[in-house]
Amino acid sequence: MAGLPKAQRHAGFKKSQRGTEEPAFVKWVLILIALAFCAVFLFLPLLNVFAQALTKGWAYYWASLTHPDSWAAIRLTLLVAAISVPLNVVFGLAAAWAIAKFDFRGKPLLITLIDLPFSVSPVVAGLMFVVLFGLQGFFGPWLDAHELKIIFAVPGIVLATVFITFPFVARELIPVMQATGTEQEQAALTLGASGWQTFWHVTLPSVKWGLIYGVILCNARAMGEFGAVSVVSGHITGLTDTLPLRVEKLYNEYNAPAAFAVASLLALLALLTLGLKTALEWKQAWEHERAQRADAPISAEETLRANDTTA
Amino acid sequence: MSIELRDVSKRFGNVNAVRNVSFSVKDGELMALLGPSGGGKTTVLRMIAGLEMPTAGDVFIRGQRVNDLSVQQRNIGFVFQNYALFKNMNVLKNIAFGLKIKKWKPADSQARIAELLKLFGLEGLEKRYPHQLSGGQRQRVAIARALAPKPSVLLLDEPFGAVDAKIRQELREWLVTLHHDLNVTTIFVTHDQEEAMEVANRIVIFSGGILEQVGAPREVYEQPANEFVARFIGVMNVLELEVRDGLARINELEFPTHGLNEGQKLRIGFRPYAVQISSDLTQYRYHGVLRRTFFLGVMLRVELELPSGLVIRARMSKEEYAHQGLENGREISFQIRQYRVLARDQAALPPENVLTYQPPPLAGENI
Amino acid sequence: MALKRFHPLPGFGLTMGFTLFYLSAIVLIPFAGLVLRACELSWRDFWHLATTDRALAAYELTFGASLVAAVVNAVFGALLAWVLVRYEFPGRRFIDAIVDFPFALPTAVAGLTLSSLFAGNGWLGRYLVPLGIKGAFTPLGVVIALTFVGLPFVVRTLQPVLQNLEREVEEASATLGAGRLRTFVSVIAPSMMPALMTGFALAFARAIGEYGSIVFISGNIPYKTEIAPYLIVMRLEEYDYRGAIALAVVLLIFSFLLLGAINLLEQWSSKFQH
Repeated sequence: MAGLPKAQRHAGFKKSQRGTEEPAFVKWVLILIALAFCAVFLFLPLLNVFAQALTKGWAYYWASLTHPDSWAAIRLTLLVAAISVPLNVVFGLAAAWAIAKFDFRGKPLLITLIDLPFSVSPVVAGLMFVVLFGLQGFFGPWLDAHELKIIFAVPGIVLATVFITFPFVARELIPVMQATGTEQEQAALTLGASGWQTFWHVTLPSVKWGLIYGVILCNARAMGEFGAVSVVSGHITGLTDTLPLRVEKLYNEYNAPAAFAVASLLALLALLTLGLKTALEWKQAWEHERAQRADAPISAEETLRANDTTA
Repeated sequence: MSIELRDVSKRFGNVNAVRNVSFSVKDGELMALLGPSGGGKTTVLRMIAGLEMPTAGDVFIRGQRVNDLSVQQRNIGFVFQNYALFKNMNVLKNIAFGLKIKKWKPADSQARIAELLKLFGLEGLEKRYPHQLSGGQRQRVAIARALAPKPSVLLLDEPFGAVDAKIRQELREWLVTLHHDLNVTTIFVTHDQEEAMEVANRIVIFSGGILEQVGAPREVYEQPANEFVARFIGVMNVLELEVRDGLARINELEFPTHGLNEGQKLRIGFRPYAVQISSDLTQYRYHGVLRRTFFLGVMLRVELELPSGLVIRARMSKEEYAHQGLENGREISFQIRQYRVLARDQAALPPENVLTYQPPPLAGENI
Repeated sequence: MALKRFHPLPGFGLTMGFTLFYLSAIVLIPFAGLVLRACELSWRDFWHLATTDRALAAYELTFGASLVAAVVNAVFGALLAWVLVRYEFPGRRFIDAIVDFPFALPTAVAGLTLSSLFAGNGWLGRYLVPLGIKGAFTPLGVVIALTFVGLPFVVRTLQPVLQNLEREVEEASATLGAGRLRTFVSVIAPSMMPALMTGFALAFARAIGEYGSIVFISGNIPYKTEIAPYLIVMRLEEYDYRGAIALAVVLLIFSFLLLGAINLLEQWSSKFQH
């Protein structure tokens, strides 16, 4: 079907569905309503970001972005992502390996626990860390005595971000690892490979799309997190303001164009994330289709012909 | 002895998958582990490989006890039922994997791979990925991969299960040739008794986790150790006899009582070749009608129907069939030349006690 | 955690150990800390802090607006999913990709741009505000932001279900004389229900916890447009830790109940898939 020209495919599709289709008029009304909904809730907000960012012209836009405090926010956001994403990747790989390749009691409980950060409000998450490490927190006095700051400092931001993005990589990896089963790994073992060699050469390549996907999602969330970071950061300009917090600060200072300018960076990041995600999905679907066609039952003649390559 | 199992058992939770199995495999032998599904044969194979751990008993490879050796250390080659090729590697990388792990020198590695590609008819396919290969090709890659690092034993789990029947026949012959050329101790698991009979030097028969018999194909066929083996291997006519009026009977057939009393039951079995048929109605004792004829190449299998409705399967050559002038619907006389007692009075006989009985010839008959 | 049986694959101890360690350090211990602190409150204090008038107003807004937003998303999400799966039109693939935009966009940016859109001088606000539809600094604004945030959930939950619907069932209905609307109501809609409800519950759960976007669009006027998470932050800034914790616990309890409901829904709905 994929080889046919598009019009032909369409015609065939239409013909076979006659009798179970809505009248064209109804279809188009539905499509228009759906598009209108998307316009209001998806397109306009996106375009608005850029429009508002440029209300005072390109020079102002550029100046807002290169302001030292904005720069500091960019650097901090990148730093936080650079720490939390790899940490969660390591965790995701370890958890997926344990869950997907082995059988043990309590597996559903473990999976539910891993999903926990998803169900918690970001503010509550931030509060949890304040309770632990804040001045009045459990470890507060100890930290104070050693002149260590977690809350209202970068470590706190990193911790909160790690918490919020905790499940992303694991959730992508677990089903993928489960789907590939354990036979390839067992085969590697019979050939003498150690655990690490097996993991590196056999398991990792088989989950690479899921891993990349998880990293992209994790990163997007890590850079964009607001609520949890807001609670733990202390909003110290130039020090503990991530990009989202910087947007808030500029907004509160009634500097809308600057706020939008910084926001536009994040919007671009979102678009990039979306683009990569979609590209990955399309590539995966294409590869899956290719593999499926190859898995189709081989007829006897085909195999005979193929076997005839024996010189 | 290349491989030896002593009193090996395996439990999965409450299930006894393998019970007190002991046998040995000779160096260079081609051995089949045969039995119905769930019989424990795959578990035994995996225990030899190290992919499962025995609950009790010992496994020896080349005289060394390997229970505590991990699968990586056992130097075995394993071919999985679904091949388990590395999907992200091409044919070359798949085959080279074991060599890379064992740190072969590049030159030796290349030579070995080239050798295998030639031997397995995979030349030209090096760059292809598993999903670009046919089923038969994938299987050959799987075997080549397992053999590349020169293991001391090759283990195959239902190697011909996933292939068409016609191809299966060709692959069987190919495996026998391969084994002959390479002379590696080989053990394969199958549930197809024809396959085991055709391919293996010796067969180990499993049922319900218990080892029923070990022996060469001929031995297992002609001297089955118990009823299970007798019925599993080849075709067997099985009759339930009851002792009445001094003879063990079923419908019109009569047999000695073998020491049983009135009312007690006896179960016997006999192979198709043990039935002698003649178009001369006076030649043999029993009568019947030739109901169906199956052409199996050189031999013919025939079904006899007795007046009581009982059906017996027999076998004869094409020449004999023609010589007797037989055809479907023809009335014939027959006798059963040889049979085995499978069970006395409901209790299946232990292997040592199974009897083969040759009835005394009727006066004037040629055996 | 002990393995059910021997497994030739190595690394269980290492990966499981690390997993549990990491899980405890990042998730369980912070959780425990919060719960412990909460337990220090007496029941009376807890109740008192959790049910002040301001808190009650915040709950009402949080749950109310989340519910409305989830319903809107259920309706339009279902429509969107249907249109994306069943129809061909220019830009379909593009729309399909952009449905995930709310997932990818930081909530702060979402709130910022939505509030600007619906404000008196915004692209939409300039038409809507004269009509009395005020989308900024009002509860409506909260609903709008929550709709945005939850938009992908219903669509993405429904799409696979719709794709797997057997056309033959619809054809059977047509051969029996049912019109298209009738077929939809009696045959198609019921099979969409489980997934729709799951998507609804997911959107609802997401909306309840939402913070970033609301902060920008609602104005955060106490008793009017203040959501529960914002009240927690307010109390923290006033150093009223106990108050903050009490509120947080209420939110947590509700989140878990919702999580349990979602799990049950997903199990129920997966039965219908087979």
